[in-house]
Amino acid sequence: MDLTWSDDEEAFRAEARAWLQENLAAWRDRHDGRILSGDTAEGFAQHLDWERTLFDGGWAVVSWPEAHGGRAASRWEWLIFEEEYYRAGAPPRITQNGIFLLAPTVFEYGTAAQQDHILRRMARGDDLWCQGWSEPDAGSDLASLSSRARRDDERGGWVLDGQKTWTTRGAFCTHLFGLFRTDPDSERHRGLTYLLVPLDLDGITVRGFGRLDGDEGFAEVFLDGAFLPDDALPGGPVLGEVGAGWSVAMATTSSERGLTLRSPGRFTATADRLADLYRERGGRDPALRDRVVQAWMHAEAYRLQTLQTVTADADGHPAGARSSLVKLWWSELDVALHETALDILGPDAELDGPWTKGWQFALSGPIYAGTNEIQRNIAAERVLGLPRK
Amino acid sequence: MRFAFTDDQHDLRDAVRDLLAKECPPEVVRAAWPEGTDAHGARKGEGARADPSRVERVWAALAEMGVLGVAVPEEHGGLGLSELDWVLLAEETGYVALPHPFVETAAVAGPLLATAGDPDGVLASVLDGSRRAAVLPLGTRLVPWGDAVTLLLTLDVDPATGEWVARRVADGVARGDHRALADVVDAGRRTVQLEAWRAGDRLGAGGDAALAFDRGALGTAAQLVGLARRMIDLTVGYVGERRQFGVPIGSFQAVKHHLADAALQLEFAAPAVHRAAWSLATGAATTHRDVSMAKAMASDAARRAGRTALQCHGAIGYTTEYDLHLFLKRAEVLARTWGDPAWHRTRVADALAL
Repeated sequence: MDLTWSDDEEAFRAEARAWLQENLAAWRDRHDGRILSGDTAEGFAQHLDWERTLFDGGWAVVSWPEAHGGRAASRWEWLIFEEEYYRAGAPPRITQNGIFLLAPTVFEYGTAAQQDHILRRMARGDDLWCQGWSEPDAGSDLASLSSRARRDDERGGWVLDGQKTWTTRGAFCTHLFGLFRTDPDSERHRGLTYLLVPLDLDGITVRGFGRLDGDEGFAEVFLDGAFLPDDALPGGPVLGEVGAGWSVAMATTSSERGLTLRSPGRFTATADRLADLYRERGGRDPALRDRVVQAWMHAEAYRLQTLQTVTADADGHPAGARSSLVKLWWSELDVALHETALDILGPDAELDGPWTKGWQFALSGPIYAGTNEIQRNIAAERVLGLPRK
Repeated sequence: MRFAFTDDQHDLRDAVRDLLAKECPPEVVRAAWPEGTDAHGARKGEGARADPSRVERVWAALAEMGVLGVAVPEEHGGLGLSELDWVLLAEETGYVALPHPFVETAAVAGPLLATAGDPDGVLASVLDGSRRAAVLPLGTRLVPWGDAVTLLLTLDVDPATGEWVARRVADGVARGDHRALADVVDAGRRTVQLEAWRAGDRLGAGGDAALAFDRGALGTAAQLVGLARRMIDLTVGYVGERRQFGVPIGSFQAVKHHLADAALQLEFAAPAVHRAAWSLATGAATTHRDVSMAKAMASDAARRAGRTALQCHGAIGYTTEYDLHLFLKRAEVLARTWGDPAWHRTRVADALAL
């Protein structure tokens, strides 16, 4: 066991830190220090500017191969970068649904033509991807989804009908990746196909609506006989095999629950800010101090568990269903960190500010990416081995 | 960066695990409970008992394997291994609720005597298992296995200087008859309550005493991890078998969610304990903080596992005929000894300058 970083890794950290510090300051200056939420129309453009800066600096997708715009960083370096990213106060990635959810699936299932076309454009922010999983009647029970894609060989493509909803940043994105029922007689997880859909097709209507935190980050996507041609993008719009969409999508959802969406750096940085807040506000309340410590320890424990998981993974022991425990941990931790901050702020917590905003967003954690109740079922059945029926 | 134990560390753990599975099943833990009734008339340790000589045999077998000297340098007759080597062994002793002072003897007293130069010349008898050590950390007067220990130490912070002080207890005065067992929740600990004691000379320097305390807290945290795992394993087995309404109760979502939450606490407490072992082994600047985080989180995880186990077992878990109480009570006692979670969180808060 060696919990220290090598000289090379420390050098990587120093390089990332220096670059982030300099370029974040420049980005803020470009926007007169008025940085809006990336989940609003105006803010999205500002954040796209930041994404381009990241890409040009070579930091947009550090763990990807250089051919696709990355720097082939190791998993350890990726974790270091994430720590530095959030420690520097850099904003949440508006491209995250693409680079953290779609991209791993493209690397695993995409053809060479799809990879060449999709990945670099995604990393540069040329194409902006949103996730089209949920439907009005299919959330945690994703296998019940009913949006259809009908094959039209004459025209050479697919005809799409149905509705997707709760689509994060859907109103600002250019493309959607989602599951569609391609076999009309199929049930549950059979007969589904993973499709890549440009949102500017005729017959697609995107309507944004407000989230609990006030941002317009959600959208519903109506598909009314929209025609998706086979040459919609090089390599075609089907990811994996027709009818095999469920297993392709499951690879994405385990990325979502596990490491890639919520690296520990985000929570350890928030925990350090919580400790700062307690000190700044002249904390004297032992009960509140105890909660700050508890939240700080839980963030640190998340970091440690991740380091253990990455080591085990490198040794050929993937985490598997334990990613459900990870999702439970970070989502509940996020709420605890922010609730504690609001209690330190006292009555002032009513005023809009980063902690209040963060609290509202944290409340979504136990709901999205598969509700925590679903995760508890998965953990009980697949980690502990309890009977399904 | 590599957060994993070595093959050698796992091999040693497996050897001790096998030994304990054979020599220390629940009936041996029960055999350590005293006969008779407690003040409330309830018979303790009810259920299958083993031949009492088997209780002693476990300790002798551990001594024979050399693990009582795991943390003692080779020049003093030990195995000369680090916290990273014995932390997993402590987990195993927790898993079986070993009815002996493994942490106090092997992880605390042994290495402390070795650094202090073994002033009374008792180290050899600690290593061969003929002498058992107990420790009174943070001013407690309760001596676990007080009827069997022949070496008693105190570990406290001097309020004037803030320095840790270790002393050998020269003479203790037990409440009631000499070495009478106190009426305690985990009678398998064979606890004796002292009324007063006479402290002997200081043992080692302040730094040695601080290290000894951290080792005791780490070892206890590791035992709590083992206990939590045991109670979850026991419960997973039970709810898979026990049927109600025509199906195993483990198929009920309410039962699944209880157990998932218990597994969750354990999943994130264990790495904290393993990191604390690394910090001690490497002399990291954050050792006190890391050990305290480990002890606080392991205590919480074990308590959660115990409550979950009891709830999911229902009434059978509330009997002394069933094994759960052996682990549940041990976990509750260990969660509050060597510093309870609040004490340790305060130490983390101090380390964070909160």
